[in-house]
Amino acid sequence: MKLTKRFFLGMAAGTALATLPISALAQEWQPKRPIDFTIMAGPGGGADQIARFVQSVVEANDMMSRPLVPTNRGGGSGAESLLHLKDARDADHTLMVTLNSFYTTPIRQEGLGVDIEAFTPITMMGVDPFVLWVHKDSGITTFEEFIAKVKEMDGEYVMGGTGTGQEDSIVIAYMSGAFGLDIKYIPYDGGGAVAKDLAGQQIMATVNNPAEAKGFYEAGDFVPLLVFSDERMETFPDVPTMKEKGHDFSYYNQRAIVGAPGMSDEAAAYYRDVFGKVYESEDWQSYLTSESLSPLPMDEAQTRAYWATQVANHRKLLSEIDG
Amino acid sequence: MEVLSFLADGILVALEPINLLLILIGVTVGLFIGAMPGLGSVNGVAILLPITFLVPPGSAIIFLAAIYYGAMYGGAISSITMGIPGASTAVATTFDGRPLALQGRASLALVTAALASFVGGTVANILFTLFAPLLANMALSFGPPEIFALMLLAFATFVGLGGDDIPKTIFSICLGLVLATVGFDTISGEPRLVLFDIQGFLRGIGFIVLAIGVYGIGEMLWTIEQTRGEVTTTNPKMTAKGMLSDTKEAVRRGWKGTWIGSILGFFVGVLPAAGATPGSLMSYGVAKMVSKNRDEYGKGSPDGVAAPEAANNAASTGSMLPMLTLGIPGSPTTAILLGGMVIWGLTPGPRLFVDESEFVWGLIGSFYISNIAALFINLAFIPLFVWMLRMPFTILAPLIFVLSIVGGFAASRSLHDLWLIVIFGLAAFFLRKFDYPLAPAVLAIVLGPIAEPTMRQSLLLSSGDPMIFFTRPIAGPITVIAIILILLPAIKLLRPKRSKGAA
Repeated sequence: MKLTKRFFLGMAAGTALATLPISALAQEWQPKRPIDFTIMAGPGGGADQIARFVQSVVEANDMMSRPLVPTNRGGGSGAESLLHLKDARDADHTLMVTLNSFYTTPIRQEGLGVDIEAFTPITMMGVDPFVLWVHKDSGITTFEEFIAKVKEMDGEYVMGGTGTGQEDSIVIAYMSGAFGLDIKYIPYDGGGAVAKDLAGQQIMATVNNPAEAKGFYEAGDFVPLLVFSDERMETFPDVPTMKEKGHDFSYYNQRAIVGAPGMSDEAAAYYRDVFGKVYESEDWQSYLTSESLSPLPMDEAQTRAYWATQVANHRKLLSEIDG
Repeated sequence: MEVLSFLADGILVALEPINLLLILIGVTVGLFIGAMPGLGSVNGVAILLPITFLVPPGSAIIFLAAIYYGAMYGGAISSITMGIPGASTAVATTFDGRPLALQGRASLALVTAALASFVGGTVANILFTLFAPLLANMALSFGPPEIFALMLLAFATFVGLGGDDIPKTIFSICLGLVLATVGFDTISGEPRLVLFDIQGFLRGIGFIVLAIGVYGIGEMLWTIEQTRGEVTTTNPKMTAKGMLSDTKEAVRRGWKGTWIGSILGFFVGVLPAAGATPGSLMSYGVAKMVSKNRDEYGKGSPDGVAAPEAANNAASTGSMLPMLTLGIPGSPTTAILLGGMVIWGLTPGPRLFVDESEFVWGLIGSFYISNIAALFINLAFIPLFVWMLRMPFTILAPLIFVLSIVGGFAASRSLHDLWLIVIFGLAAFFLRKFDYPLAPAVLAIVLGPIAEPTMRQSLLLSSGDPMIFFTRPIAGPITVIAIILILLPAIKLLRPKRSKGAA
């Protein structure tokens, strides 16, 4: 045991020496043990992909002296992750990769007693817009045709999504309210399953992040009708926004790294520095482009303000769904 | 045949020195990860994903797929030697593999498992190579009603699994179904059955937790009680000649299970909702159902080892199909592989076959090579695993206990799961004392989380009309067959008993 320890210390010292001119000495705080890198969703989804991508960039460029250990804690729509962070014994070594259940789950499950404003903002890696898709065989090519079709079907139009209270259901609920639509909503347990059942025409339409539908879009199977971003998206320049249709609504999935409540300022500064570098890296920038994510860089104060408005917005949107 | 020239190119890619080396390492690593109770291909692939950024994407996925393959072979090893499923996909292998090991025939069981795995993998590879686009369309035509019908069929094939006591079997299935509903409900978006408000239950009860509890802890307690600690496993001899005769016997007594497992496992694997675990359990059920000597099952039938092992390898190839043709994961492991592909800069989806043809065919070629490599590496290690069984029980029992605990913890890194393992182990021990079959409960916790949402999705689609399961062209016949199978034992019960074994 002693031998291995000494061996690893030697290795670490060697690495430290080798990288000395670049990084060292500039930072006072360094992680002392492996970092718990909790993922708010199960394996394979968008948050999971991002966590593992970030981990790979950190590893490939030797950005941290201790490893990030990704663990999926998707239970209870992210409730498991939120509680894990809230009760973290070692706040300085506990991070989480989020999606919007960061906002919705504490509202929908008040019993958890989670107050996200106590969490520590680290880095906003980007935001994921939503798009309304139909299958090409439906013959629908515009949002107006979609509206006409849904009204004609009178309650029999079927859309799939990832579940009541999830991001896409919020968008669909808003859209239904704004245009007076009666839609049959089928919940699935993941974006992949939804995309598959749209491809197989088990359902008629869906609202998804572009990454989840991209393959089918490129093959010509899926047709985008409307985007829910503030401006038209570069990837789909001909697809109108919800705002152009006269409703001031946009919706994004947050892709952020968040620290446990009570993390020390030194540790938070260290992580902001590291993930800031990841964000700037060419790898991440090309990931943003290829997966159609929008950049939304923010500092700590801006992030806190953003959280507060998001919580207020979600509270309103969710009360409309459940109400 | 255009396909064959693509395949030839792919095999050449897989045989490049770096890829071949990665295949050999991957298969060996996978074999041991799979053999470790609790840890399966999901963990192996997730842990090693970041390392793959050191090599080109084509080689990286070949490496990860080799781990996947190796783990499918490896899962059988602890199922047979220790009676704990090495991976969720190898649960059904314990049913007959463990009894064979206790009879001193561990090497027969291991050889059967290895050969069946090889055949299963190869059959699946050939089907994959020839019919990929066709099968992708088949996968798409399976919506919620079809998947539910298939799950019903899986339950039906298993009603007979618990032996003759049908009420106890049904009790066991219900127990598993209730455990399967714990956690978060996708359809309503609410948590449910979070027992005692313990937050660990939010995640639900993992299948592997139940399996390790029942087969690791429960089974060991049972053995200790039965033998008062004086277990004497017949000392297994290991000679080259013995292994050869085992091979012959494995072929003779395991071919039927192998074929059933290969075909059924592949088709179930292709369906994105299902995957290798239901595939192997269903194959076991079907092999038992069509077998002439049904009584041998559960007591050490080579067919009972061959069917699930052929099926889990066939299914693991099968689940690559929706991943490559549609960009949709067919199993938890392929979900991580898909994430990897995105990170390597590839776009999964229907265009992948066209745009990245070298990558796809290199991977398919590597399936063939990995499969051959896994067979030989596995056969080479069999004497080692058999030798382990010669340890005195007083050493083996604590070792199994420790492996169960460590494996159970490593999979989820949650102390909550460890407590559950111990509780399930104790519960399993007492249930067993009262003659309750436990395999149906394990089956139910695997199939429940697929069956329940698909049933509710179907009923949402039809606005509550159950006829949706009968009127759709694919779901209809499957549902009817499943119902007939479920009713069969009930009819048999009502009719006066005829002399047994007359068939």
